[in-house]
Amino acid sequence: MTDFAGSQYLIEIVYLIASVLFILSLKWMSSPKSARHGILAGEIGMVLAIAGTLLHHGIIDYKWIIIALVLGSGIGVPLGLVQMTAVPQRTALSHAFGAFCVTLVGTAEYYLRAPNVPPFMMAVLSAEVILGSLTFTGSLMAAGKLQEVLPQRPITYKGQNFVNLGLLAGAVLVAGYLVMHPQATFLYPVIVIVPLFFGVMMIIPIGGADMPTVISLLNSYAGLSAAAMGFVLNSKLLIIAGALDGSSGFILSVIMSKAMNRSFTNVLFGAFGQVQASAVAGAEEKTVHSATPDEAAGILAAANKVVIVPGYGMAVAQAQHKVRELYDALTKRGVDVRFAIHPVAGRMPGHMNVLLAEADVPYDRLIEMDEINGDFPQTDVALVIGANDVTNPAARTDKSSPIYGMPILDVDKARTVMVIKRSMNPGFAGIDNPLYYLDNTLMLFGDAKSFVTNIVHELASNQH
Amino acid sequence: MGSTLIDGLFVFVLAGFIGFEVIRRVSPLLHTPLMSLTNALDAIAVVGAIVLVGEHKSTLAFVLGFLAVVAATSNVVGGFLITDRMLRMFKSTRPTKP
Repeated sequence: MTDFAGSQYLIEIVYLIASVLFILSLKWMSSPKSARHGILAGEIGMVLAIAGTLLHHGIIDYKWIIIALVLGSGIGVPLGLVQMTAVPQRTALSHAFGAFCVTLVGTAEYYLRAPNVPPFMMAVLSAEVILGSLTFTGSLMAAGKLQEVLPQRPITYKGQNFVNLGLLAGAVLVAGYLVMHPQATFLYPVIVIVPLFFGVMMIIPIGGADMPTVISLLNSYAGLSAAAMGFVLNSKLLIIAGALDGSSGFILSVIMSKAMNRSFTNVLFGAFGQVQASAVAGAEEKTVHSATPDEAAGILAAANKVVIVPGYGMAVAQAQHKVRELYDALTKRGVDVRFAIHPVAGRMPGHMNVLLAEADVPYDRLIEMDEINGDFPQTDVALVIGANDVTNPAARTDKSSPIYGMPILDVDKARTVMVIKRSMNPGFAGIDNPLYYLDNTLMLFGDAKSFVTNIVHELASNQH
Repeated sequence: MGSTLIDGLFVFVLAGFIGFEVIRRVSPLLHTPLMSLTNALDAIAVVGAIVLVGEHKSTLAFVLGFLAVVAATSNVVGGFLITDRMLRMFKSTRPTKP
């Protein structure tokens, strides 16, 4: 019996060490230099926690645990080896897996304990299961949209918000009833199935451009559901990990929605991307200046300071490696080249940095929006590749624009702006961009990858 | 029961504060790896699932626990793996000592 209690203490101490390692792991993510120590700390914490759990006195059967661990690793390895462009959907999928795990454990715990579930226990268990199941389907939907197996355009219908809120309220009411009458086991499936449905409905009206916010919000929910699970199992380690994940997701959602000048409610209930049809139709014929790769190469070679503004279009065209060649060619000629990164460039927070790092662009050349915006007036050339709305000066000046107030990269203040674009079609959100009609703007029409390739070629062959 | 709840709330609120303070300092450069790392750490939920499988108290709990272990383990392995792959790619122009 004393041995029994001894192993319990040992397990708790192991969990405490794991908690500290988890916090250190996140602390070391503050800079790319220490970040890889962070992973190591996280991995050690995880292995310790799992090993500690296996000492749990109630465990009588190890065989199936091992089988499940092996199976899970077998699924995890390919998910860890996806392309960098596919990281957003992989992340959404892993939110779904995490939420799936939490929901299943909550369900198992309920049926093991029912009908004797104290009110507090039932309340946190409900929170765990509701958050878990809506995060599960919501994340699957988000992954589907990001993978483009589902339509990216928002799908809306009349009374949508009413239906969605009604579903959520219904689930919460049933959960409330279960808190008072936990023996009503026939009602339990409701607090799983209704939120599953809500998760789908929640993501349907959200467009592709809002994915960075949504993915962060789902990250937060996944964390909170895990923390709720920690309350149910009385596991402080789980509460800590869930709280860390929940606050991380929350901070990222705040950063993302600020970067798009939108509130959470606006993202969740707004259905962006369908109101601007009239604005496009109303745009009169305006003149644009265009240039050839040869001319573009000449201007770039003559510049002292160049800022490249990459957008998701660059990644779609798989042009990041060519862009790095351009960076190399210009740097070799003594041109100062930096990259301006808007917080919502890409499909999830920080995605653009990863894509450029993959193409071997040094990270100290990747400059955040707030830091680089003051430098545009001293910039000779701003080269926009596959970005649109984040460079739209209407966000500063035009109160009627749907993106008015959104923080943008002030590329229009550069001496020359060059924009690589397939055609004059409006961008993802369907908003016309006055940048293209400015006198100091040159449009470079063509596919991003082949255009950049041509510029690099011209730079190599000509000594301008 | 009451003190367990209060203990849990203390831990939750304090860990939330630490989370805010630590994550506010994470460079925006690394927000994608941050999310995959927190995702892997969050999969610590696997410990609850392992106990369900190992204790085998009911068939339902065993089956649900088994699936939960599989799902969470794939997050642990996949999450650490991809975070590591991403961080390996971040290089500075200033040569660093090997």
